[in-house]
Amino acid sequence: MNHLDWIVLLVTMVGIAAYGAWHTRHTDHLDTYLKGSRTTGWGTIGISVMATQASAITFLSIPGQGFESGIGFVQNYFGLPLALIIVCAVFLPIYRKLGVYTAYEFLGQRFDGKTRLLGAGLFLLQRGLAAGVTIYAPAIILATVLGWRLDLTIIGTGLLVIVYTVTGGSAAVSLTQKWQMGVIFGGMVTAFVILLMRLPDGLGFGGAAHVAGALGKLQAVDVSLDPEKRYTLWTGLFGGLFLSLSYFGTDQSQVQRYIGGASLREGRLGLVFNALLKIPMQFFILLLGALVFVFYQFQPAPVFYNRVEWSRYAAGPNGASFRAIEEKHAALHSVKQEKIRTWLDVRARGDNAAEPAARAEMVAANAATDAVRNEAKAALTAANPLAKTKDSDYVFIGFILAQLPHGVIGLLIAVMIAAALGSKAGELNALGTTTTIDLWRQLRPLAAPDEARNVRAAKRFTALWGVVAIAFALFAGFSENLIEAINIIGSLFYGVVLGIFLVAFFLRNVGGSAVFWAAIAAQALVVVLYLSLSISYLWYNLIGCAACMLFSLLLQVCLKTPSKMPST
Amino acid sequence: MKPSPPDPSSDDGSTGVPGFRSWRAVYAFVFAVFVVTVVLLALFSRFFA
Repeated sequence: MNHLDWIVLLVTMVGIAAYGAWHTRHTDHLDTYLKGSRTTGWGTIGISVMATQASAITFLSIPGQGFESGIGFVQNYFGLPLALIIVCAVFLPIYRKLGVYTAYEFLGQRFDGKTRLLGAGLFLLQRGLAAGVTIYAPAIILATVLGWRLDLTIIGTGLLVIVYTVTGGSAAVSLTQKWQMGVIFGGMVTAFVILLMRLPDGLGFGGAAHVAGALGKLQAVDVSLDPEKRYTLWTGLFGGLFLSLSYFGTDQSQVQRYIGGASLREGRLGLVFNALLKIPMQFFILLLGALVFVFYQFQPAPVFYNRVEWSRYAAGPNGASFRAIEEKHAALHSVKQEKIRTWLDVRARGDNAAEPAARAEMVAANAATDAVRNEAKAALTAANPLAKTKDSDYVFIGFILAQLPHGVIGLLIAVMIAAALGSKAGELNALGTTTTIDLWRQLRPLAAPDEARNVRAAKRFTALWGVVAIAFALFAGFSENLIEAINIIGSLFYGVVLGIFLVAFFLRNVGGSAVFWAAIAAQALVVVLYLSLSISYLWYNLIGCAACMLFSLLLQVCLKTPSKMPST
Repeated sequence: MKPSPPDPSSDDGSTGVPGFRSWRAVYAFVFAVFVVTVVLLALFSRFFA
């Protein structure tokens, strides 16, 4: 990065944060602080929902996913539009009608205090654990490739988000997310256009897509029923539906984005905006990764894309074997390039007789380079069992730094930081709100009418969660496995929380005690099954939800206590 | 920042979207777009396979 990149990065990031903090500095009304401005329209709500979900990892890892495994990951989002229809039709009208600040406040009105506390507690536990990861995961990648100090990257981004989130609350979060998404969209489109311009002459988008498709990177829909396959139409539809329903319907970081606003209509349209755009957006990001893959077919490509990690071991005592792997990969990569060009020539000539053989040779050459890449990862593990062998997260950032002009590099780094700030802000805002409304106000009921005191408490809790997140990111010593473990723990809670809400909405005869103990039992069941089975963790969303609903019905029959249903 | 007074008609059932008189129609449209998107993705995969 040169001075121009730093100017672009600092002006966009600090400018947006300062604008958000300044514009919302007089937010002293609790309703505005926790729910955002009452004049917020559907566009701001829709962008805010999108920005909260899209973390920096979305823009670092998903192009890498497209590069490595193709665009099949888009199927993970197939349940999202269906889930958002249900949230629009069922969840949102009830939240607005009851005028709640948090989703868990609704549980208190529908059931009782202990069920509200359980819902809020599960949210704080899983979102609080994830809080450090949201800052740490992009910081470690940016710090590695840019040579920044990891601790300063974490502290810098963490403090920036704390300042404007504490100052303006939900109003500042929505306002800054709108501008941050502008930077993100602008940066990603710019990267896409430059990538197309950097492809070999005459190849164009069509030719590049044909190469990517022939090498298995463009299979977007897989109708296979094979349970071994991670991404299929069916896992996306069913697993994705329950995951999205739980995330958008019951996770306060999302509920807070659409619960306020000018009207129910604006909230619904904001969610419809996401239901329509989310799949095309994810497709675009994955396609970008697939095209980066094609780009590297016509350029010298590294055998391992995390160059810092590779160089560390290549300079060690086993350096000769690492250099041998590099040379082998370079030779096979040249062969593959030749095979790809041959296949493109055959296609251009319309030689249908020669095409299958040329395609088979190209695919075989690609498999050969993939085998050497696996050999490189095995060499890293042999040198150090704790070595980071997942390099796909470094593909897109490596492309940005090596291929894009200065100024645009700063813009793309700003994309990553903007995404980190946007998702982090939504998270801190929700953690602070839930702590204030569902815990602090319950312990101090006499403080509830004192609006200024409530706002002060919300600001302090938001800042506290921000500091906890920074401290967690600095001192937890995350490994790749720990990051994945924390994501899995989040998924283990989601199903049960969704089950509690579905009981609240649809099983009107079930009371608080029945659902409370059913949720505890369902959560225990999920943990036991997780420890004893080896199925994909996405299925626990469905299992936890179904178990919670079933146990609630059974316990209600046993307890026979009257239920409390607010008039909705 | 003072909140504006709530609009009593703001949470009525109208969609405010030209051509869509009910929310059910909006949801049907979203579902139709989803189906078309999946079909287009399948065709995209097939065309470039």
